[in-house]
Amino acid sequence: MSTIENTDATEAKPEGLQEFTLRLRRYDPESGQAPYFEEFQIELEPHRSVLDGILQAKAKEDGSIGVRCSCRAAICGSCGTRINDKPGLACHTHLDEALKRSKDGKITIEPLGNMPVIKDLIVDMDAVHWKKQARVTPWLLPKEPLPEREHIVPRESMVDVTQSMACIQCGACVSDCLSMEIDPLFVGPAALAKAYRFVGDPRDSRHAERLSNLAEDPHGIYACTHCFKCIEACPKGVAPMSQIMRLRRIASQDHHINDRNNGERHEMAIVNSVKKYGTLNEAKMVPDSYGGPLAPAAAKELVASLPVITKALLRRKVTPKTALFHHKNPDQAQIKRIYQEVQGREQRLELNLYITQPDEDPAELAAHEAHVAEAAAHDAAEQAERAATNQTEAGA
Amino acid sequence: MPAHDVLIIGAGLAGQRAALAAADAGATVAIMSKVHPVRSHSVAAAGGINAAINPADDWRSHAFDTVKGSDYLGDQDAIEVMTSEAPGEIMYLEHIGVTFHRNETGHLDLRAFGGASMKRTAYVADITGQAILHVLYEQLMKYSDRVDRYEEWFNTSLLRGDNGRCEGVVARNIRTGEMQTFTAKTTILATGGVGQAFKPTTNGLICTGDGMSLAYRSGARLMDMEMIQYHPTTMTANGFLITEGARGEGAHLRNANGERFMVESAPNKMELASRDVVSRAEQKEINEGRGTGPLKDSVLLDVTVVPKNRVLEALREIVNLGRDFAGIDITKEPIPVRPGQHYTMGGVKTDVDGETDIPGLYAAGEVACVSVHGGNRLGANSLLDTLIFGRRSGEHAAKVAASMAMPKVSDAQLRDDAKQIAAIIDRPRTGRRVSEIKEELGESMNKYCAVFRDEEGMTKGAEVVNRLQEEAKTAYIDDKGTVFNQDVLGALELGFMLDCSEAIVKAALERKESRGAHSRTDFTERNDEDWLFHLTVERDGDGAAKLGQAPVTITQWQPMERTY
Ligand SMILES: Cc1cc2nc3c(=O)[nH]c(=O)nc-3n(C[C@H](O)[C@H](O)[C@H](O)COP(=O)(O)OP(=O)(O)OC[C@H]3O[C@@H](n4cnc5c(N)ncnc54)[C@H](O)[C@@H]3O)c2cc1C
Ligand code: SF4
Ligand code: SF4
Ligand code: FES
Repeated sequence: MSTIENTDATEAKPEGLQEFTLRLRRYDPESGQAPYFEEFQIELEPHRSVLDGILQAKAKEDGSIGVRCSCRAAICGSCGTRINDKPGLACHTHLDEALKRSKDGKITIEPLGNMPVIKDLIVDMDAVHWKKQARVTPWLLPKEPLPEREHIVPRESMVDVTQSMACIQCGACVSDCLSMEIDPLFVGPAALAKAYRFVGDPRDSRHAERLSNLAEDPHGIYACTHCFKCIEACPKGVAPMSQIMRLRRIASQDHHINDRNNGERHEMAIVNSVKKYGTLNEAKMVPDSYGGPLAPAAAKELVASLPVITKALLRRKVTPKTALFHHKNPDQAQIKRIYQEVQGREQRLELNLYITQPDEDPAELAAHEAHVAEAAAHDAAEQAERAATNQTEAGA
Repeated sequence: MPAHDVLIIGAGLAGQRAALAAADAGATVAIMSKVHPVRSHSVAAAGGINAAINPADDWRSHAFDTVKGSDYLGDQDAIEVMTSEAPGEIMYLEHIGVTFHRNETGHLDLRAFGGASMKRTAYVADITGQAILHVLYEQLMKYSDRVDRYEEWFNTSLLRGDNGRCEGVVARNIRTGEMQTFTAKTTILATGGVGQAFKPTTNGLICTGDGMSLAYRSGARLMDMEMIQYHPTTMTANGFLITEGARGEGAHLRNANGERFMVESAPNKMELASRDVVSRAEQKEINEGRGTGPLKDSVLLDVTVVPKNRVLEALREIVNLGRDFAGIDITKEPIPVRPGQHYTMGGVKTDVDGETDIPGLYAAGEVACVSVHGGNRLGANSLLDTLIFGRRSGEHAAKVAASMAMPKVSDAQLRDDAKQIAAIIDRPRTGRRVSEIKEELGESMNKYCAVFRDEEGMTKGAEVVNRLQEEAKTAYIDDKGTVFNQDVLGALELGFMLDCSEAIVKAALERKESRGAHSRTDFTERNDEDWLFHLTVERDGDGAAKLGQAPVTITQWQPMERTY
């Protein structure tokens, strides 16, 4: 008899192979040499991942390439790297996409930033990332005594914290966090997202302590500069910055924590600035946050924040011109309406990845329903046919 | 030299649960893992975890479903332990912080899963494994003063004392290359499965059967190794898993003609029959020419029949998988899938407290075979298995250790292991590359030991494995360094996978019937008269695999015909 061969696509010659050049940043701590770049030619389908490319180079050319990886499916969080200057997961970045972002036709792969490099693409996450996780008391402190069975909590609350629970601790957000670059002590995006996971969890009994702890820490929730880098970097849609903003809102609005970093007043200053001018008036931020330009604390703080302001100027976040002459947004009426709408609500409406509003456009929804109906009709017809056949058979 | 009451190798769900249980029982504990604990492959588990927590449910019903799913090869005493302790374990997880999804009344929500007679799968969206693993790791951080963590350490050997007991291990610090002997009164293996012996597989690159091989080399028996689970819905594009949760939420399977073909083999349960049944039905469609795709090697999984908001809330991960890895919007179009290697039912033979044949050595999780899965594991029973038997092993090991003196061990094994590693690094580039051998192994196992098997194919498979074992002895690597030398670890892992593969093929050749996942075209029927026992594999004096038998424990459910 013939051998059973379970049909398998790996048998067939894959079509559409394409050549790619990977430019890997190599570093061998034992060699005494500085890091350098090395190029590898690989051949794969364009939709395959950059990690697949690295693994091909490793398997065929140089087994000494150091890269952490396991799942290849963006769930284990091992393969955080910088690809053409953007942090992300190597297994979650297609070769063709990476090529599109390249300036020189090569895909450049480097280790994550803000963490010491151990070898090639492998960084020391313990020294930075995991230390920061430990900083936020990353375990549930439930109310005592524990219930006999499960805690009864609102359905939405668990779906809500799932967004920060979805963090795979890959470190991509840590890599390019601007605040952390300037202030290595900043608790950072991933750890603060973890903090939200407890503050947003109704089973935790220490919301207030957690929040005031993170608000009072000069490297805590108010040390984030809203640069959006972590949101862009995160492969899992955790949106750390949004979680940080939620921590701030809960700290200031729900717990009325008036922290010594003046974060809460700074936040109100932003809100008021936008309300008044339609945009941020950066020049007024510091004085307003510290109780108006005449408050003694404001002068002190103004001097203390000069380095940051200079940095902002250098990075062209604030130009001297916009700082000095702040223009009103033309459509101030619309902004007023937004404020009225939001501030007039009884409850803050917080959307996230898992909680979605019925967002379908009606046409799509109708098409979907038609499809479901069609499938059901198809099955019903099939079943009827079968029943008929069975009956005929039974009759025969 | 580090010395602990309980030393745990592996930090997936089984290992971490064991560590917490042993620490709670007052033992000094160390946990070691070759990757950071949260990278362990348990993180990939998507769909959920089974327990009869609905007041209308009963653990006996869960037990019966499991027995039936196992095709009556599961040990019923062990299954009773697992299913009756399941609700308590879920409550433990909930109390330490797992964010299980709720229903409208705020109680734990349950979803349908394959082979189950009612909804009894608790879940966190479709990241259940990740959510539980990360919460256990939160607890490990909390227990920092009581549990020593050795993260990115690679276990190379088990130590056996003159009295035959396992007295610890030798391991390599991956970051520095340093070798270290660890003394332990009791050692628990929690090193996961051996999916990487197959290509493609849903398993991560780290699932290389290390613990199975280490125990086998030390003299323990492996059991049920012929039982390899092929999951019905792996993406044709890249082998990734689409969780059974998708079918649990109502998704359909269709062939090229648009027919829901499951009606033939499982008219009642349809897509939610046991995995072996669904995988066979799919393979049959494909083999008989009703497959879809350019190579006609797939069937279609249609998630579009599930309401979109529900998909976005509960099946988010597979929406992303479809979009990011196959360019398909699963909420709009069906996705091509086929059966793919997923799980090793077999493993190191243990009793219900995790004890193996070797005194002082325990095993729990996918590395172990209690056997609760028998011929076929039910979806969402594996996470349960890791937690229940992880905890029981931890508790038992701690209790045994409490009344023992710390063994005295030498560095003799360490010197042997260091020599072996140095020898691999020094090999001349005359043989084959390690990566090449691994590739051939994976493709051969997937060809000859897959959904359908027969004598001729498996004989070929056995020959390939034998040849590769020879070739592995001279296989070379590139990395000569000590810091993060992943290359040399790859060579050791290849050796582990070859041991496991030999056991798999030999046992599969031996079992001349079709049962559970082991489906032979030359012996198509289940044969309780001649084959209602476990096959065991142990290493004989010459290093070859020797087959044996172990009885199946039957308590209340006599074997019956299996229909879904
Ligand atoms: C994609 C996917 C989805 C799944 N979904 C589900 C599901 O929904 N429900 C369900 O019940 N089951 C599911 N499973 C199965 C389940 O996830 C696994 O069987 C289970 O998680 C195994 O856990 P474990 O603790 O035994 O091993 P693992 O989680 O694999 O952990 C093994 C550990 O051992 C360590 N290790 C291994 N070798 C060594 C060594 N030599 N030295 C040191 N450390 C070592 C590793 O570093 C790791 O920490 C799924 C499996 C996959 C692949
Ligand atoms: S938004 Fe805040 S936390 Fe995120 S990267 Fe920027 S500074 Fe860091
Ligand atoms: S928040 Fe996102 S980017 Fe940051 S560690 Fe978690 S998953 Fe990675
Ligand atoms: S390999 Fe697991 S996240 Fe990339």
